[in-house]
Amino acid sequence: MLDWLISLWSDPNTRWILMGCTLLGLGSGVIGSFTFLRRESLLGDTLAHAALPGVCIAFILHEVKSAGLFLVGALLAGIAAVLCVSAISRWTKIKPDAAMGIVLTFFFGVGTVMLTHIQHSGSGSQSGLDKYLFGQAAAMVTRDVYTLMGVSLLLVLAALLLFKEFKLISFDPGFARGIGLPVGLLEHAMLILTTVAVAAGIQAVGVVLVAALLITPAAAARYWTDRLSVMLTFAGLFGALSGASGAAISTLGEGIPTGPVTVLAATLLFAVSLLLAPRRGLVARALRHRGLKADYAARSAVHASGSPEAAEGGGRR
Amino acid sequence: MNKQDKQIPPLTVSGMTVAYQRKAVVEEVSFTLPEGNLIALIGPNGAGKSTLLKAVLGLVPSIAGQVSIYGDAYKKMRSRVGYVPQRESVDWDFPTDALDVVMMGRYGHLGWIKRPGRREKELALATLDKVGMADFARRQISQLSGGQQQRVFLARALAQEADLYFMDEPFAGVDAATEKAIIALLSELKRAGKTVLVVHHDLSTVEEYFDHVLLLNKKLIAAGPVETTFTPDLLHETYGGKLAIVSSDGRETLVRS
Repeated sequence: MLDWLISLWSDPNTRWILMGCTLLGLGSGVIGSFTFLRRESLLGDTLAHAALPGVCIAFILHEVKSAGLFLVGALLAGIAAVLCVSAISRWTKIKPDAAMGIVLTFFFGVGTVMLTHIQHSGSGSQSGLDKYLFGQAAAMVTRDVYTLMGVSLLLVLAALLLFKEFKLISFDPGFARGIGLPVGLLEHAMLILTTVAVAAGIQAVGVVLVAALLITPAAAARYWTDRLSVMLTFAGLFGALSGASGAAISTLGEGIPTGPVTVLAATLLFAVSLLLAPRRGLVARALRHRGLKADYAARSAVHASGSPEAAEGGGRR
Repeated sequence: MNKQDKQIPPLTVSGMTVAYQRKAVVEEVSFTLPEGNLIALIGPNGAGKSTLLKAVLGLVPSIAGQVSIYGDAYKKMRSRVGYVPQRESVDWDFPTDALDVVMMGRYGHLGWIKRPGRREKELALATLDKVGMADFARRQISQLSGGQQQRVFLARALAQEADLYFMDEPFAGVDAATEKAIIALLSELKRAGKTVLVVHHDLSTVEEYFDHVLLLNKKLIAAGPVETTFTPDLLHETYGGKLAIVSSDGRETLVRS
């Protein structure tokens, strides 16, 4: 185990990838907390699936594999998907969740067709684009890792600087508008940051699962605290831990994709939080409930023994 | 500027019209609020009371109408306006506590990026104390009762240190202690020369709590001092058949049916 960890660190390439994935988890966890609190979890999934055709088009146009280029493709496709969702929910009676379902599957379908096409064409067979479905962190080159790190730092920085503004538009957008915050603009900024997080994450985690990196750490973090700043810290930490384990474990063997491992790690952290978090966790709740019950029983017993009539006949009837 | 204020009314609305999908919900409403008064905006359900309030604040788009606050556009006068939204409009399970919510009232004054500091915290604590919630400052907001949540919202509006307040049904579903706290607060605001517009439901308390009324049923039916405007005739006109007036012991009492 220790040898393995040391070998991970001693290989400079793996070290970079490990750091990249850790930072990615950190950034996604922090931005994802707002997505989670605004109840827009499905939006992250829509953005991720919509990214696939964007990545494919970027590859078809330039015939090179580059994280920066794919980021742009994914970003544009994500924005197109969001526009589709808002157009559908605005002009028809279809509710946003259904609209997201329609758009998500449509974009993913188009992306899959494109991907198949690329795989069968000459230049594409070596592209390794299929890795974008479930992610392969080991396939990243140094430049991709730099992009990943830059993006992750941008996410964290944005959340730090605009913490107060993002908090207010997440909690009470009406009041935010009342005091003159440009709520629409801030919502768009947040949406773009989310899209960037998703787009940056797809090479490492894959389009199918990248949304989990936004939502699961945030959902887990919510169990540990009632303060937003602490929640963001926990979500970032959980995300970083998930990203790191995903990258580390996937380097063990050629065939292990990073995405599923990352998601499993995040889910494990979520399960632990759900069970063991103080106060909000299931175990703490059960214990508290039992304590209350015992307390109540003890008090009524004292009460009953205090009055002789009740102690004599009350209990046996 | 302050001297001029004496002549300039806190709020003038003219020709305000709001429509949702072609159906007008507020039609051609014009009124002026007198400074330093407690004003009730009343009318039956679906009369457009909240909508009118939100349209004035620019929270819902209006298709026509002008709003002037202390003689200027709302955009320029934002810092003089405080707003208490309906309690149901937010997610009370949000990870924040009472003190933090009250500090949000200072965000408009703080400007971008800057975080609230000790001064904001002290002010927030003082306003929480004013609504009798000082002991609950660090309580997570979902663990407060409905009335306590309402008081937190009021404290947040107070922390805005505004001159003109808009309150959307602050009395809805609150306990007696909160109702008393709100009344005390309203009279304190009045003493300080502030103007407060309240969307109100309970007709039986209008005369006791307010100086001035706006009667609304899509259109503005009447506006004026309680003594001359809160009359059975005008109420009948506002509420249509939905209102019965029963006189008991020689005093007229209003009963909503």
